Amino acid sequence: MSYKYHQFQVVGRGLPTETDEQPKIYRMKLWATNEVRAKSKFWYYLRKLKKVKKSNGQMLAINEIFEKNPTTIKNYGIWLRYQSRTGYHNMYKEYRDTTLNGGIEQMYTEMASRHRVRHHCIQVIKTATIPAKLCKRESTKQFHNSKIKFPLVFKKVRPPTRKLKTTYKASRPNLFV
Amino acid sequence: MPFKRYVEIGRIALVNYGKDYGKLVVIVDVIDQNRALVDAPDMVRGQINFKRLTLTDIKIDIKRVPNKKTLVAALEAADVKNKWESSSWGRKLIVQKKRASLNDFDRFKIMLAKIKKAGVVRQELAKLKKETTA
Repeated sequence: MSYKYHQFQVVGRGLPTETDEQPKIYRMKLWATNEVRAKSKFWYYLRKLKKVKKSNGQMLAINEIFEKNPTTIKNYGIWLRYQSRTGYHNMYKEYRDTTLNGGIEQMYTEMASRHRVRHHCIQVIKTATIPAKLCKRESTKQFHNSKIKFPLVFKKVRPPTRKLKTTYKASRPNLFV
Repeated sequence: MPFKRYVEIGRIALVNYGKDYGKLVVIVDVIDQNRALVDAPDMVRGQINFKRLTLTDIKIDIKRVPNKKTLVAALEAADVKNKWESSSWGRKLIVQKKRASLNDFDRFKIMLAKIKKAGVVRQELAKLKKETTA
């Protein structure tokens, strides 16, 4: 599974000056499509928190963080701050996924579809793996059932490869399972 | 009219699209409305969309997300492989695969066998026709 958003750990600090020989080192975990964007985002956030810019700072390390257990399903809670047409709002969203990167990607696509919020207007405040008992949203809680059972209601017969796809079909499809 | 094949933990499904096309997998957990966690003895446990699965009639008895050993043991206990290969769906797939892997000499042999079979059928038909007219 290839994910669009990768998680990076970015470490940086302001450049040492005569007054400040050992400036404080800051570390951030953020999501970006690639390393270059991650470094840029790091400076963006750091500028908002401390009086330091990329021109008077230095990047110390950037590492990609990979999912520890991509074969288990987890419930992710994501706290975000987004800009709508009328102002800034905070939001808490829950997603069920195997990896955090998958959950973040779901979040971005859902914000785009439900609220028309583009990627650059979203700031991820915090993410956490939520145990099943503490989940707040019904749409994630409905899958916390060890005896889950439901039928697949519509069956669409697809060609097994895109190469065998045709524009016209001889008959209307039968969608019954 | 009611549904007979359900998405549930332990349901065997056939992958009908993508890299694992043609594999039999076990639904080991449900992620959300569109995705399931599936597992098979020869693949790493991973997520797959329901659109890529076709459910079968076979269901095995496992708990939610068993480890690989338990899964393989459960598959052996339920004798999934034989049940699948003796079902009409499974048999059809085997025949399809065989047909796709024939070489020219095999196709020649099949042609001869078909002619022979048609000859025998026609002889019997002629005999029956003679009896009805007589």
